[in-house]
Amino acid sequence: MSAHDKGTLLSVRKLTMRFGGLTAIDDLSLEVPAGKITGIIGPNGAGKTTLFNCLTGFYKPTTGTLRLAHPVRGELRLEKLPSHRVARDAQVVRTFQNIRLFPKMTVLENLIVAQHNVLQRASKFSIAGIFKLPGYRQAERAAIERAAMWLERLKLTHLADDPAGALPYGIQRRIEIARALCVDPVLLCLDEPAAGLNPRESAELNELLLYLCGELDIAILLIEHDMSVVMNVSDHIGVISYGRKIAEGTPEQVRNDPEVIKAYLGEDEDEAEEAIARKIAAEGSNEEGQPA
Amino acid sequence: MSAVVFARHAMTPAERLRDAGWVAFVGLILGVPLIGLTTVDVGGRLGVETRFGLLAAFVAAAFAGRLALRWGIDHMRNRKLAREQASTTTAAQRAHGAQRLVNIVGWVALGASIALPIVYSDNRYVVDTATTVLIYVMLGWGLNVVVGLAGLLDLGYVAFYAVGAYSYALLSTQYGWGFWEALPVSGALAASFGILLGYPILRLRGDYLAIVTLGFGEIIRVILVNWTEFSGGPNGISSIPRPSFFGLEFTRRPAEGEQTFAGFFGLDFSAMHRLIFLYYLILVLALLTHVFVSRLRKLPVGRAWEALREDEIACQAMGMNTTNIKLSAFAIGAMLGGFAGVFFAARQGFISPESFTFTESAIILAIVVLGGMGSQMGVVLAATLLVLIPEFGRNFSEYRMLLFGAAMVLIMVWKPGGLLSHREPTVRLQATGAAASDKEGAR
Ligand SMILES: Nc1ncnc2c1ncn2[C@@H]1O[C@H](COP(=O)(O)OP(=O)(O)OP(=O)(O)O)[C@@H](O)[C@H]1O
Ligand SMILES: [Mg+2]
Repeated sequence: MSAHDKGTLLSVRKLTMRFGGLTAIDDLSLEVPAGKITGIIGPNGAGKTTLFNCLTGFYKPTTGTLRLAHPVRGELRLEKLPSHRVARDAQVVRTFQNIRLFPKMTVLENLIVAQHNVLQRASKFSIAGIFKLPGYRQAERAAIERAAMWLERLKLTHLADDPAGALPYGIQRRIEIARALCVDPVLLCLDEPAAGLNPRESAELNELLLYLCGELDIAILLIEHDMSVVMNVSDHIGVISYGRKIAEGTPEQVRNDPEVIKAYLGEDEDEAEEAIARKIAAEGSNEEGQPA
Repeated sequence: MSAVVFARHAMTPAERLRDAGWVAFVGLILGVPLIGLTTVDVGGRLGVETRFGLLAAFVAAAFAGRLALRWGIDHMRNRKLAREQASTTTAAQRAHGAQRLVNIVGWVALGASIALPIVYSDNRYVVDTATTVLIYVMLGWGLNVVVGLAGLLDLGYVAFYAVGAYSYALLSTQYGWGFWEALPVSGALAASFGILLGYPILRLRGDYLAIVTLGFGEIIRVILVNWTEFSGGPNGISSIPRPSFFGLEFTRRPAEGEQTFAGFFGLDFSAMHRLIFLYYLILVLALLTHVFVSRLRKLPVGRAWEALREDEIACQAMGMNTTNIKLSAFAIGAMLGGFAGVFFAARQGFISPESFTFTESAIILAIVVLGGMGSQMGVVLAATLLVLIPEFGRNFSEYRMLLFGAAMVLIMVWKPGGLLSHREPTVRLQATGAAASDKEGAR
């Protein structure tokens, strides 16, 4: 939440994504500032995950542009890059709503695989690797140290050698974030990272997100239903409903926006009540979050 | 209709009987036309006779067999559960112990395979069969890269085996190339075919991939059968030169200005010399393959293959170019298959499309799956079993394939993940990060 403005990192212009007759994203424009946390909220099926899929090259947008002002490589047009280049060259890295780890590989291996491109370069078409040349060994050591550092930071060190797929849900979420961090992101896109976490875990998540953005200057794009997370850490929030941006502003502004309240109330009653309950909880005590 | 019970819970005796009853009923329905009725010759005309006694025996056997099979499966599962609950060791510790055992067995097996031709130096049958086992081990290790590590179901692996064999056969008979010159070239050719096949099917997964690769295997075979000028058609290629021992031929009489192996070492000529040499040759090739694949597995490519098997989308999200990863798996797998093919052609001295049918692909795949996907030692075990079971089965003549099938079913019931399903991590953190990386460096 630095007051200092570092300009726009990503600018989404008139983005539209259609699936046959269904318009999942409808003429959406959005600015993501550098070094800050931008929250994305909206009812179920609003198109939040679809936005991430367009951003990270998994879907080709029907129309619209996605410009990333990369600190080293200059302007990159994300909608023109295949998904692996979005992560590798543009350093826009995402996590998934329904966790996608490499389940049979250990936690450490998951984090090493995330550093594939660096290691692959060091292994010189595997030749330096096969003969275990010093250059490659050094690169591998560095990769392990980097992974160990993130494991330490996310309190996962004791699980490093366990197969990732066998671990509890909350821990898998953390592993996925650690793995994304090993790719060295400029922009980190988190799709509901607090889903399935208990209140203590979401409080830890808050702290981590603030650390990443405050200390390491990583911009974060955060999709989240858990208001205790999104309202507390976001510098800026965009609200999407039926593929359109219906509101934008600080958490305070968004919370009181009549359009937003209507969008949440417009859903079926149970969900609306739930949404209100979440908001009340978020406005209330900060240390007690809502389990999702 | 929940006729046959796939119960996870413990079954009551009544459920067991009902389950077996349904199986017997299906057997009865199938059995009436197959067993119950038979045609006989009644004075020149065709008549129908009934064999309901035999049918009853078959149905009873199906009933009893199903009861026994279910009971056996449940018994095994319960025992495994009980053992897991009773033991105080963690899963990680057990896995570690299992891995050490596998390593020890591996070294013992290596020692045995080195000693084998010395012990059986005049038993042609044993050395020949052991050579066949080693060919399948090598093929299994090659296919393991594609199927076991990268998770790409390839049903046409035999195509690369054929490419290797025909490359050597043609290079040696047409252009007079030696074994050692032809080996790398044939491997490279097979790898190119791997990439050629890989390119169009990059987007396919699972069943679709399996069907296309199966088709590819058949295309190669059909080309070999029909392009007579090139491949000799169904007659194949004969008089393929045998590999020599650093220029020493394994013949009775030396060629002009050359020496024979027996002559050089002052031995009496024996046909076994060549067989034993071939055995050691494939042993060395297989061991090189093993070292190569095990090292690759611990490198970025190897980890990328396994990651690809686990989740392709996550790979892309990590910035990995899955196209290159898939193609490298196809190419390396194909190259190893090609090497095995070169050896096969050199050993047989004669090849024809007959040797490269779909059955071969199926057996190699069975070796990988039965061994435990991705497990190197599992491949050795499964290859040995799959070659030896039909060999032992020779005594049972027509029941041979039945025995083979039964053995496969039993293994899959006993160990659904394959004989050795434990996966050893490619890297460990151990106590502290620093210690782990130091050890990593020292190794
Ligand atoms: N590949 C696809 N093909 C067709 N329709 C799709 C596809 N992906 C998403 N959709 C549709 O687009 C709409 C938006 O889905 P999306 O997953 O982006 O919602 P969301 O905002 O992430 O919702 P949630 O909060 O439930 O995760 C939904 O109606 C969904 O059915
Ligand atoms: Mg979503």
